[in-house]
Amino acid sequence: MESTPPNLNPIALSPWQIFWQRLKRRRIAMIGGVILIGLYLISLFAGFVAPYTHDRLDRDRFFHPPTRPQLEGFHLVVPRYEQQPGNFIYHAVQGDTQPIRFFVHGEKYKLFGLIPASIHLFGTGDDKYPVYLLGTDQFGRDVFSRLLYGSQISLSIGVIGILLSFTFGLIIGGISGYFSGATDTVIMRLCELIMSVPALYLIISLRATFPPSMTSAQIYAMIIVILSFIGWAGMARVIRGMTLSLREQQFILAARALGQSDFKIIVRHILPNTFSYVIVAATLSVPYYILGEVVLSFLGVGIQEPSASWGLMLNAAQNTEYLKNYPWLLAPGAAIFVTVLAFNFLGDGLRDAADTKSI
Amino acid sequence: MWSFLFKRLLHMIPLLLGVSLLTFLLMAMAPGDYFTALSQNPQISPETIANLKAKFHLGQPWYVQYFYWLKNILHGEFGYSMAYKIPATALIFERLWNTFLLSFFAMIIAWGIAIPLGIWAAVKKDSWADRGCSLVAFVGLSVPDVLLALLALWFAAATGWFPVGGAQSPIHDLLTPMQQFWDCAYHLILPALVLAAADLAGIMRRMRSCLLDTLRAEYVTAARARGLGEGWVIYKHALRNAINPLLTIFGYSLAALLSGAFIVENIMAWPGLGRLTIEAFFAKDSYLVVDCVVMATALLVVGNFIADLMLAWSDPRIRLK
Repeated sequence: MESTPPNLNPIALSPWQIFWQRLKRRRIAMIGGVILIGLYLISLFAGFVAPYTHDRLDRDRFFHPPTRPQLEGFHLVVPRYEQQPGNFIYHAVQGDTQPIRFFVHGEKYKLFGLIPASIHLFGTGDDKYPVYLLGTDQFGRDVFSRLLYGSQISLSIGVIGILLSFTFGLIIGGISGYFSGATDTVIMRLCELIMSVPALYLIISLRATFPPSMTSAQIYAMIIVILSFIGWAGMARVIRGMTLSLREQQFILAARALGQSDFKIIVRHILPNTFSYVIVAATLSVPYYILGEVVLSFLGVGIQEPSASWGLMLNAAQNTEYLKNYPWLLAPGAAIFVTVLAFNFLGDGLRDAADTKSI
Repeated sequence: MWSFLFKRLLHMIPLLLGVSLLTFLLMAMAPGDYFTALSQNPQISPETIANLKAKFHLGQPWYVQYFYWLKNILHGEFGYSMAYKIPATALIFERLWNTFLLSFFAMIIAWGIAIPLGIWAAVKKDSWADRGCSLVAFVGLSVPDVLLALLALWFAAATGWFPVGGAQSPIHDLLTPMQQFWDCAYHLILPALVLAAADLAGIMRRMRSCLLDTLRAEYVTAARARGLGEGWVIYKHALRNAINPLLTIFGYSLAALLSGAFIVENIMAWPGLGRLTIEAFFAKDSYLVVDCVVMATALLVVGNFIADLMLAWSDPRIRLK
């Protein structure tokens, strides 16, 4: 009589389940992940969460300081601010307040760019009592609202850019490593060429090939194309190295003996083996794409006014006079910092979880 | 050793040629040139513009332009800046020197602080010092250069302790050489610190992990088993081997440094190569853009070559290969 040993889990965990369990144990990575989910959700519903639209001008309130909500009884209220004549210094008027209301009617916007709506998460519904949580900029536009609208551009460019450049990097790297010989030499020299130019210099020369004035959608696509053009090279090099060693393994020989096509072997058998590396590398690279957009827009060759992007908003803070007197213009910098930090937290945790050598 | 160095040196030539060809191609694809804006000016006759265009070979196909450009470079001339109306050679080398100065000092600051901190964190692994360093490094890795430079600018403007941008004060030419030196140093401090801070965290984390790896090696255990003092084990045996992988990241950190310098130069008005590139880009001075990109690449490639030299010097295995 044979008896099965006790306490043996009959169902083995899949590699993804092991990965997930290891990841769950890293608290910092989970915090990073939660922050990112929150940021992307807010950016998705930017029109709803933002009290104003990104291009609404308040000509009476340039450089309005951040509104400080107060607690009055059980209501959150905002005071009215009065401007000193002749300069941009504002004072809260004591006693003259309006309660903040939720789900208030306001300006029209399009949810997800499709559904017309006019309900905002919060606001006072009265233009004399504006809620400028992060103040206004030099045109009297709400910095907080622009921050949310800007996140739609800044956050999505990172993800789309990564998807594009990593797809190219994977396929080109796989081909290069699998076929070796002349193909490999040509591709690798090209990668070296791209990687040997300091990134920002190459970005600027690539930018020169596009016309200076374009529609916002065209500029958005252009930034993704430029950043992906530079990004694929590093990925392709690493994938090539991994493919070179995978190619010699028995299961590839078996696939070849069975008569599978080269393309199928690369896509179905070689590339999936590099995925754990790719996911970690992608998470850690998203910040570079976000920063790429920030720098381009900051230098005035990326996203143009009146659209909002984090880099473009920081451009206003370059003026030392503004910077000294209206430091809230630096708010997009804080947003970039939080996003990059969250990506680094998550990426670091993913790397540790994917590293099966340690326990 | 010499054949290794010679090969590396030869390798740089096709790379720089390739980069110049690529940039030239990109600039040739760019719509319009420097004279497009000039031709709108009614005071300049079309003949003058045609003459100028012919002088700069702008009417010809890009590969002809490229050979003219290459010929000039081989004669040690970087052509003529159309926007600045002066020979580009002096301009380029002045800006290159400024970028070099900025990057060099930033590098000294960054490595000078990061290496001891990394060693300290590794030796005191899991202590509060290590955790503190790790946290600061993590934050440092996430602060974008743009924000850091803007904060420095804000600091300079708010306190008035440092100059707000620029490389020298307006009265620089009237000063004595000694005062000129201090004037330059005074303007250099803040941009160099910003650039160094952006680079510091990565090097520190790397130093820590390299030293931890070597401390786990068996020869370290052996050295300890023989009764050597802890200081001797760490600094004489482990550290020397931990430095090697660090020299390899020297090249990578240099690339990041040059990109960082591009941002810092533009925000803090440091007249370097990055700022010149942007100015030339907006003026559509295409030859100058190509010159800048090639010079920046040359700076990076030479830096990598020096990193290889140091690696060959510190690791005999590479020398003998």
